[in-house]
Amino acid sequence: MDAAVDARLGEQLMKPRVKVPNSAKAGDIVQIKTLISHKMETGLRKDSKTGKEIPRKIINSFVAKYNGKDVFKASPHAAISANPYFAFYLKVNESGELDLTWTEETGQTWSAKKQITVS
Amino acid sequence: MKEGIKIDVIDRRQFVLGSTAVAAVTAYLGLGGNSAHANTWQDAMKAVVGDSKPTDGKISLELPEIAENGNTVPFNISIASPMSENDYVKSVHIFASGNPRPDVTSFEFTPLSGKAEVSSRMRLSKTQDVIAVAQMSDGKYYMGKRTVKVTIGGCGG
Repeated sequence: MDAAVDARLGEQLMKPRVKVPNSAKAGDIVQIKTLISHKMETGLRKDSKTGKEIPRKIINSFVAKYNGKDVFKASPHAAISANPYFAFYLKVNESGELDLTWTEETGQTWSAKKQITVS
Repeated sequence: MKEGIKIDVIDRRQFVLGSTAVAAVTAYLGLGGNSAHANTWQDAMKAVVGDSKPTDGKISLELPEIAENGNTVPFNISIASPMSENDYVKSVHIFASGNPRPDVTSFEFTPLSGKAEVSSRMRLSKTQDVIAVAQMSDGKYYMGKRTVKVTIGGCGG
């Protein structure tokens, strides 16, 4: 496999999974569940063969906005488990777009967007 | 300045070293007071609350009594609050008393959160206390604590 295919496969693996209701009534408080595949490498582990430290690499920021307004933020340290899972709540007052962004300490980001319709 | 550099190098490495080395480092740091990273959860909490004294209450911290696998310990935190524009929970900070680094994570809420509740999963290296400190919109701090028995530690060690 060439590097481009590898990179694309890597991106697919990293695709965040998000569970959001498609519709809600105005004023409803809905639960948002999110999961992203990430090792959350602590920097405390050693490679079993070489004995060298495995460098730390973690997601240190997660931000949820609804129609551009802040809803929820997480600032994980290395003690958050691999494949970080966050379940939190959103008060839906009007239809709109939920915008989720995960940021690794390297600066790399992943995002997901979900529409919620108020019926 | 020179001392600052030394401390930084040691601090990054101290948790991968053997226990003897860790003891030596701790001794070198003089109980860790000079470290750039907090060594105890009390230090880590102080970095958040300053001189305020958090009151017990308002926080419900759900954790298993016994965690078989310390690599992934589920937790749920819920803080009693109307979550209105004038009265809401701004943030909650989680600390683990026995981990190599006591900081676990911080969460921030807004009135748009609807309720101050969050679930996630943490690593616990051994049996220890998990502490949650919440800051309300009026600036007051509340605290909750739970002990978790860990069968197999999870810190990649």
